[in-house]
Parts: sequence; structure tokens; C-alpha cells
Amino acid sequence: MKVLVSIKRVIDYNVKIRIKPDNSGVETQNVKMSMNPFDEIAVEEAVRLKEKGFATETIAVTFGVTQAQETLRTAMAMGIDRAIYVPVETDLQSLTVAKALKKIVEKEQPGLVIMGKQAIDGDSGQAGPMLAGLLGWPQATFASRVEVADGRVRVVREVDGGLETLEAPLPALITTDLRLNEPRYASLPNIMKAKKKPLENLTLADLGVEPEPRLKMLRVDEPAKRQAGIKVPDVATLLDKLRNEAKVIG
Amino acid sequence: MPIYKAPLEDIKFVLNEVVGAADLAGLPGYGEATPELVDTILEEAAKICEEVLFPLNQSGDAEGCTFDNGAVKTPSGFKDAYQVFREGGWTGLSCDPAYGGQGLPMLVNFVVNELVCSANMSFGMYPGLSHGAYNAVAKHADDALKNIYLPKLADGTWTGTMCLTEPHCGTDLGLVRTKAEPLGNGAFKITGTKIFISAGEHDLADNIIHLVLARLPDAPQGIRGISLFLVPKFIVNPDGSLGQRNAAVCGSIEHKMGIKASATCTMNFDGAVGWLVGKPNKGMSAMFTMMNEARLAVGMQGLGLAEVAYQNAVQYARERLQGRALTGVKAADKPADPLIVHPDIRRNLLTMKALVEGCRALALWVGHALDIEARHTDEKMRAEAADFVALMIPIIKAFLTDTGFDVANLGVQIYGGHGYIRDHGMEQFVRDARITQIYEGTNGIQALDLVGRKMPEDFGRLMRQFFHPVADFMAAEKDNAALSEMLMPFMSAFGKLQLSTVTVATRGFGNPDEAAAAATDYLRLFALVAVGFMWLKMAKIAAARLVDAGGAGANAAFYETKLKTARYYFTKILPQVNALNIAILAGAKPVMDMPAEAF
Ligand SMILES: Cc1cc2nc3c(=O)[nH]c(=O)nc-3n(C[C@H](O)[C@H](O)[C@H](O)COP(=O)(O)OP(=O)(O)OC[C@H]3O[C@@H](n4cnc5c(N)ncnc54)[C@H](O)[C@@H]3O)c2cc1C
Repeated sequence: MKVLVSIKRVIDYNVKIRIKPDNSGVETQNVKMSMNPFDEIAVEEAVRLKEKGFATETIAVTFGVTQAQETLRTAMAMGIDRAIYVPVETDLQSLTVAKALKKIVEKEQPGLVIMGKQAIDGDSGQAGPMLAGLLGWPQATFASRVEVADGRVRVVREVDGGLETLEAPLPALITTDLRLNEPRYASLPNIMKAKKKPLENLTLADLGVEPEPRLKMLRVDEPAKRQAGIKVPDVATLLDKLRNEAKVIG
Repeated sequence: MPIYKAPLEDIKFVLNEVVGAADLAGLPGYGEATPELVDTILEEAAKICEEVLFPLNQSGDAEGCTFDNGAVKTPSGFKDAYQVFREGGWTGLSCDPAYGGQGLPMLVNFVVNELVCSANMSFGMYPGLSHGAYNAVAKHADDALKNIYLPKLADGTWTGTMCLTEPHCGTDLGLVRTKAEPLGNGAFKITGTKIFISAGEHDLADNIIHLVLARLPDAPQGIRGISLFLVPKFIVNPDGSLGQRNAAVCGSIEHKMGIKASATCTMNFDGAVGWLVGKPNKGMSAMFTMMNEARLAVGMQGLGLAEVAYQNAVQYARERLQGRALTGVKAADKPADPLIVHPDIRRNLLTMKALVEGCRALALWVGHALDIEARHTDEKMRAEAADFVALMIPIIKAFLTDTGFDVANLGVQIYGGHGYIRDHGMEQFVRDARITQIYEGTNGIQALDLVGRKMPEDFGRLMRQFFHPVADFMAAEKDNAALSEMLMPFMSAFGKLQLSTVTVATRGFGNPDEAAAAATDYLRLFALVAVGFMWLKMAKIAAARLVDAGGAGANAAFYETKLKTARYYFTKILPQVNALNIAILAGAKPVMDMPAEAF
């Protein structure tokens, strides 16, 4: 069984985000970029499935600017066998990603697709579910444990107040949650080997997909600054303000 | 809790733009070391240093190593961290692929050294000493020993030590007393006591390989009668498994000022079995061939500590509110302005920054030359690189470690009382930095090496490897308007270096005390000029990049900052050479005049 993961190069989660002065988006120039953390978890899970003998081959796909190929190399340094790079100039919307991935899935015929539950830049969380929908596959989102056996996948999800266990026949799609695993550090020998692993180039045109944006981003603003607090003279005033101004108590 | 982020942007600038490390990929065996691969490697190293090693730095210091009946326990978490480091292949980064290493340039290893030492210098001692042992075996042992020990030292399954020091014998290794007697079967019986042995005993690895200086029965007196032996903690069976426990036992560990998570051991060799490495009585020359790399690595320790101290000092100076800017309130919405508005704080921060970045550039320039010396196909290039390295190593070792201590100390100052107490971790950097000025040849001995050996060698042949590139650069840039404000003070400082060089050389020729009394001042003067040269190079690049980009572009802020830091260096730090020069010219008399009993 092949396992396919999709990864995205995003602003590193440690970086303090700055908004462009014209509110047209987030400043990405000269900002540290790295693999979307949830995708890193997807990569780790795929590599573990291969190490356990469930997967025969692992493939990583990304859509991105030239440097996104480095992110694919990172995935291969973690243990992914080969990569597919689809160059795009601007960020694709979830539906386009899902349509393009569908074509790649049809070509590669993986038994399992693992994706991050969301990319931390757009926070849409739609690409995975849309892809499962387009493929007509079962999906289990926000996985915190994954087991594969006898042509089925069992997924544990953390839901409000407990754990939910789902089972689906393969092929299926999974999106990862934070506690699924702890991604490994790439070892030096694997970093060097990754350079020699195959990285295939495909274009959106090859896949027969047009980037047709359905949504238009109007503007991006910083969260409102926190207002300075005030001192109240006594408890009675505090209660009054909580009741009548903040309206947090009845 | 202190912070640390690997300064990859600055490192890449130095590697790719200042030193031109891309050419290493053209040297035999280094084909893989392209800038892209090096970038990827450094990013992964940064992750491990920031996420695995750094969080254990303060706890390791507080807990320290513990000794119990011959066994040493490293602080909590060190074993797991070592496992991560070892499994990641980091111990073998620049080791020979024939023995399982990754065969990457030494330069890359030096950069990783810096990151490791910023994150956790004590931790870095264990793989650091192993690398020293690896080099000793790789360069001098016969194939039989190499095949047994190198793969395990490269992959970190076993660690190594360097056993030189004895109670009565530190700097003067001619006094070594440890004995080696032939057992008749090719092996030797080693007997003696070594002290201050870093990583002599610990719980991180299955076996510990001691490289021991000892004296054969018929050896000549003094430094020419010393041989090098390999003494494993456990004797290795022919099938590679571990056999009998050797009589090389840790008697105690030291309680000390810093690097508390690094075990500093007294090692008792009671007829331990060992094997000769290299030729009889050639132990010191074996040590010399690996000394350059080891001394540069200690310099990187100083640099690493300076970097982490600087990062924390900047953060604190931005956050700590105290006093108001003299020229008017800067943060009206706050009860006081942040420290960073105050001129004296800025002076400290800029001194730290200019020294850290300048020293990094200098160290990587020398590290690059080490690789050229080792690998270049052209003999003349190799010989010139070797001369340059030999000249610069004492400067790197002494100046980078002095700077490490000084900068860490300024870091404490910026924190005030909060730097002196434990919580913020600033005083630890000072304590950890202190040893780097002492071991691997004290800084005083480095200065003697510079004036006594490197300077006079072949009528200044080594000196030319620094003086000529500098003269060429000055000639080429004399009309570069963007540089003129820095070239002027630099040329004046360079003149002082030339003058004091001639003075020390000629006076020292007649009276060695003249050279020795000037040595430390001279080394510092030389280092300040050498770092100044790096700042000139960096300023030239930064100015050109800003012109290319029309003052804008992705990295404009980075290059602007470089120029400002360079200006600070040339106007506020480099002038120290004037005082040093005057002190050097004053000669040895004020030093030697005082009778010993008058002190
Ligand atoms: C934490 C720690 C770890 C260490 N790790 C190791 C290790 O792994 N392996 C190992 O073998 N050793 C190790 N050492 C020992 C270290 O290398 C020695 O302490 C160092 O070489 C100095 O020797 P000493 O302490 O005997 O000082 P001394 O040699 O007694 O020197 C005392 C002072 O006199 C000066 N001095 C000495 N001779 C001269 C001279 N001819 N001219 C001018 N000045 C002179 C020195 O510069 C120094 O300032 C370690 C020491 C420490 C504290």
C-alpha cells in the first residue's frame, strides 16, 4: 500500500506575524518558513506506517513556490521515499488543492492519504475533507491515533469529553491532530540521502486543473490591541461594572 | 528562563558571502557540501540545539554530575539527549565515510559546535572530546586500531577522552610521569594518575576510549620522551563485543565553577592495558597535528557562549523598564522606558554584538582554511592555508574565549542584580565561559605560541598569510567611498600591528622576555585588527548589497545593521589597539624589574 501525504510550506510557527502596511496580507518577505506543523505530523505518521511494514512506499506532495521543494526534501530527510512538486506562484485555495490532489491520487493510487488538519497560515481546514468528498472516500479528521490492519484503518479522535474511535475501509483519508505523534528530527545521513531521492515535477496544467479562486480576500487586520485596564475603587464598583458594562454576570 | 535561537541568518551570511564556503563543494570528497545542503543541515542542527540541548542547560548546571563508587551519573535528560544527538548522526559529521562518518567539511562541524555550545556547552564536551580522540586515532593509529575504534567513535556508541594533565603537570607536559611498559604481546601496561579529565567517566555510552600520554621505560627525559596510548574502559573482544573491564577507573570528580554537567575526572590507571598510537616518543607531535582543530573548537565554545549571552541581553534590554531616556520619554504609555534607550546599555549591547559577529567571521574564515589545508588539490594552496591556520589558531583560541567571557560578563551587567542571581541563567554563561580561557593551552600560552613560535618562523613566513591579503584588500578598496570611513581607522590600526610586530620580533630576538612580556597585549592587538579586517570585508559586502538593491529589497535591514555595527567596531572598539601598542612599546622592563620577593 502506498501512503500519500500533502505538505505545505508556511511561515514558521515561532515567527511573530506582521501584516503588510496596505492590509493586503501577511508579510512573508525574509520571514523564516518551514513545514506546516500538522503536515510534519502527517509525514511522521506515514514514515512510521512504512517502518511498521504497513506501507510499501511513501510519497509527499506540495504546491508552492520554488523554495517549497526544500520542504519536500525535509520530508524526504524524515523518511518519505519520493516527492511530487507542483509549482504555483500564489497560494491556492482549498478546492483547487483538493482537485489537484485528486488527480495525483488517481495517478498514484495510494491506500491512504494523510493530511494536516489545517495549514497554520490560512487555517481553512478544508483541503482534506474536500479531497475525501471529491474522491468519494471515507475520512477521519483530527486523528490522534492511527492503526492499519486487514485493509481497514482505525482512528482515534479527541472529541469533547473523551475519545472517539472510528473505523473505515481503505482507501481512506486522514487528517492529523497535534497529539498523533511527535515528529522525529531528521538524521544527518538521511538529510544527505534525501538529496538523491526522486523529486518529480508536475504542473497544474499536467493535472488538468485551473486555479479558479472562488473567494476573494478583502483585507487582513491585526487583532485589536488590548485596552489598558482601569482601577476600580471598591468591590461594589467592580460588581457594577461586571454586571452593567461587561455584562458577564447577571 | 533564558532563550536561544540559532543565529542562522548571520551564519549563512558569513559562510556564503564572506568566506565563500561554496567552493568547498569543489574539493575532493566534499562534493555534497553545497550551500543548500549545508543550510538544511544547519537548520536541523538548530532544531536539536534549541529544542533538545538548550532546555537541559540550566537544569544540568543546577544538578551537576554525581559520583558514586567509580561511576558518574550525568544530569537528568542528558542520556536521552545524547541518544538523539548520536542517532541523528551528529557525532560523525566530519568523520571519514570509510568509518561511517558523513565526510562533511570541518567548517560545517565548527558551525555546529557553535550552536551546541550556545545551547549547552557542558553537553558539547562529551561529543567534543570524542571527536578529539577520533582525530588522534584517525591520524596516527595503525589500521587494526582504526578498524576497531573509529566506527564506534564516529557514530558515538563510544566516547573518547584526552588524558594529558597530571597533578604536577599541566602546561608543562614534559613533566608527564604516567608509565607505559610493554607486555610483550604488542600491548602496554599503563600506570599513573591523570587529573581534570573531561568525560573520563559517565553514563552516556557503553565504552570510553582514553587517549593517554605516558612514558616508555627507555624514553628520553622531557617532552621528547612522551608517547600516546589508547586505553579503553572495556577491552574490546576480537568479535567487537565488550570484554573485560580495564584498570582505568575514575577516582573522583571535581566540584567546579562552571560546565557542571561535564564530568571532570581523576583517572587512575593501575596497570591498564593500552595500545601505542603512532610512534614511540612521538606522542607530542601526534597531539600537535590535531591541536589546530581542537583549539578552534574551544574558540567556538567561547563564541557560542557570547552569542547566547547577547541574545538574552538584547531581549532583557527591550523588556526591562527602568529610568527615562535622557533626551525625552520614549515609552509614554509605560511607567519607564526600556533599558535599551540608555547610551550605556547600548554601548554594552553593541560591544557584544560587534565582537560576536566579528569573531564568528574570523573563526569561520580560519575554519574554511583548515578544509583547504586538508583537501585542496594544489600543493601551494594547501601550504599557504596551513601557514595561515598555524598563525591564526592561537589568536582564535585566546581571543574568542576571552571574548566569550567578557561578553557573558557584559550580559550579566545588562541584567543588573537579575543577572547575578541564578534564575535568568546569565551568571551560568560567565561561569561556563571561564574554563575556555584555561584548557587546551591557557590563553597566556597561546600568546607565547604566537610570539615565540608563529611570528619568528622562517622570518615571518606565516605572518605573510595575514599581512598580504590585508594589504591587497586595502590597495583594492582605497577608492571605495562607501568604505573610506572604516578604511582610515583600520589602516591606522594595521600600522600599529606592523609597528608592534617589528618591535616584538626585534627585541624578542635579543631578549626572549621582551617577546613574552608583550605576548598577551600583542595577541589582543593582532586579534582586534584581524576582527577589524573581517568587519571591513563584511561592510564592503553589505554596502554593495544595499546599492544593488537600491537600499531596499529583502535583506536591506540586515545589511544596514551590519554597516552600523561595523561603524561601532571601527570607532569604539578598534581604538583599543592604540593603548595596547603603547604598552607593547614600553617593553619588558616594567614587568621584569620587580624582584619576586617584592610582590
Ligand atoms: C574543567 C576542566 C577540564 C579539563 N579537561 C582536561 C582534559 O580533558 N584533559 C586534560 O588533559 N586536561 C584537562 N584539563 C586540564 C587543563 O588543560 C589544565 O588545567 C591546563 O592545561 C593548565 O594546567 P594547570 O592547571 O596545571 O596550570 P599550570 O600549568 O600550573 O599554569 C598555571 C598558570 O601559569 C601559567 N604558565 C604556566 N607555564 C607558563 C609558562 N611557561 N610561561 C608563562 N606562563 C605559564 C599558565 O598560563 C597559568 O596561568 C581540564 C581542566 C579543567 C579545569
